Amino acid sequence: MLYREALNKAIDESMAADESVVILGEDVGRYGGSYRVSEGLFSKYGEKRVIDTPIAELSIVGNAIGMAIAGLRPIAEIMTVNFSLLAMDQIINHAAKFRYMSGGKMTIPLTIRMPGGVSRQLAAQHSENYETLYSSIPGLIVLAASNATYAYYGLKSAIFLNDPVVFLEHELLYPMEMEFKELKNFDPFKAEIVKEGKDLTIITYLKMRYDVLEAEKELRKAGIDVEIIDLNSLRPLDIETIANSIKKTKKCVIVEEDHKTGGMGAEIVAQIQEKCFYDLDAPVLRIAGEDVPIPYNRKLELLSIPTPDKIVKKILKWKAENGI
Amino acid sequence: MNSARVKKFYYLMKLGREFELAAKREYMKGNIAGFLHLDIGQEAVSVGTMQAFDKGDVFTHYREHVLAIARGMEPKHIMAELFGKKTGVSKGKGGSMHLFEPKLDFYGGDAIVAGHLPIATGCAYARKIQGENAGVFAIFGDGASNAGAFFESINIASAWKLPIIFFVENNYYAIGTHISWVSPFVELYNKAKNYMPSKRINGMDVCEVYNAVMEAKEHIENGLGPYFIEAETYRYEGHSMSDAGKYRSEEEIEIFKRRDPIENLKKKALELGIVDEKYFQEADAKVEKVVNEAVEFAASSPEPEDYELFEDVFCKECENALP
Ligand SMILES: Cc1ncc(C[n+]2csc(CCOP(=O)(O)OP(=O)(O)O)c2C)c(N)n1
Ligand SMILES: [Mg+2]
Repeated sequence: MLYREALNKAIDESMAADESVVILGEDVGRYGGSYRVSEGLFSKYGEKRVIDTPIAELSIVGNAIGMAIAGLRPIAEIMTVNFSLLAMDQIINHAAKFRYMSGGKMTIPLTIRMPGGVSRQLAAQHSENYETLYSSIPGLIVLAASNATYAYYGLKSAIFLNDPVVFLEHELLYPMEMEFKELKNFDPFKAEIVKEGKDLTIITYLKMRYDVLEAEKELRKAGIDVEIIDLNSLRPLDIETIANSIKKTKKCVIVEEDHKTGGMGAEIVAQIQEKCFYDLDAPVLRIAGEDVPIPYNRKLELLSIPTPDKIVKKILKWKAENGI
Repeated sequence: MNSARVKKFYYLMKLGREFELAAKREYMKGNIAGFLHLDIGQEAVSVGTMQAFDKGDVFTHYREHVLAIARGMEPKHIMAELFGKKTGVSKGKGGSMHLFEPKLDFYGGDAIVAGHLPIATGCAYARKIQGENAGVFAIFGDGASNAGAFFESINIASAWKLPIIFFVENNYYAIGTHISWVSPFVELYNKAKNYMPSKRINGMDVCEVYNAVMEAKEHIENGLGPYFIEAETYRYEGHSMSDAGKYRSEEEIEIFKRRDPIENLKKKALELGIVDEKYFQEADAKVEKVVNEAVEFAASSPEPEDYELFEDVFCKECENALP
């Protein structure tokens, strides 16, 4: 199943099951979504529930909050995370805080979907990863779907959760053909152990999962048995799964596409040192995007983010330096 | 119609058209990547506005190659930017959507829809207190005219009587969204008419565009505050190379192609006898040469060096430069 089809299926089934589910965003209706995630939904559910909005991100999220207050379960699509900055006030000052500042009386069942990441030569204003902007906010749930299975179950969960969820996707994943697993039990907040191993834990999420899987093949050739954890949920963070893995492997690497400074890895390392300091044989290695805006030129673009090759080299170097 | 001006309009529009067609070819060959938004069909707007607004500051969005050419940027440096080369106007770091040339008071190439409008408005404020009366020209699409930043900008510019021309290219579509689905009216000058003089013009006619901007320019130069122009226009291609544009009917596209700004200017000039056939042949030949040279220049230019990844994040010359 294509990644985008898994998302489409989750939305479609949710809309079929519950009349209160609506979607809104730029080009989501007649056009079918700029990444074709909402294809077919306009003709199926009509313009009342599949809403083509103007280019007005603040209003897309603000209107969705109002709809949620009125009893709907809106799914707001922001074309890319880069444009979500225009909606940040609504997301953070409003959606994230209404429940708390009303003493628990208000409920905002809202899903805000947004793809992000470094795609292919889209340059600085279209290539960001802003997960830390959202995952640092109390009151927001932040999920990150790297694969069709989680895209489907995670998005369905998000739609029916009673709190605001920022649901992150990655632009390069949409056309990817992926295995889809039927699940009996699903916990959206649980990390996935993608591959078990005993020598080294690699923590990752979103598109970097695939770069890590590539790198793993090389590391295996070098005799390193890697355990790979895909976070799925960035807030709450499944620190238990991480800690259990590190207890076993004693070594940890974090691979993320966002900028290193203040990136997701920074928070994960902080939690790891609180929980697993004495289990570690070496400092945690962070492999992340460089601290620069993303350039257009392809060579520079690839230099700015982790690639399988760089992941392997950095891990081997780190192992040698630490004598592990 | 003045002969010298018509020649200039024709040459620049033709250059813009052929530049875009070459960019399209190079994209298909894989020499250009990312989002490539072509201006084909809209040349009268890009050329007419920049020929009239020849001083002052210019702020634009991502569909800006022809505007940049008409402002005076070298086609070869623009093409090199599209190729992501070191010799590009933004050293290969910005690409098609981010052409900047402060020497020509041309400030992007902004790809956040309507994001440049408050910036242009602030620049107009500065020009006002600096006593510079050439003012500011801000150009944007119909889609941008629905954004909060747009409404805030026309309010501020009007409240403070700022020297700025707001110019909306109404090509009826924001990617696949027709303006009538998301705006109470399709004639967008209505949005500004309570704030400033506002008019709607035929954006397929370069002379009409030129005259309208000349009028607006006089207005702002005389300290009368902002001015709003809506030009009806049309992009023949999809939104970008990633969009096939299937949401538009062949008939609709044909209607606008019959109003083609380049062909119609030529026809009219020949009919009126103000420019002869020979000029057009020479102009076309020159355009071909300039465009071919631009592509060759871009293709043979070097890639940026690896170390350049870390340059231009902060000011290098500044004493307090950060590492
Ligand atoms: C704030 C923001 N939201 C969404 C986008 C994605 N986007 C890029 S161009 C575009 C359509 C803009 O249409 P319009 O303003 O009419 O200009 P045109 O492309 O027709 O020239 C959209 C939605 C963006 N770049 N910025
Ligand atoms: Mg438009």
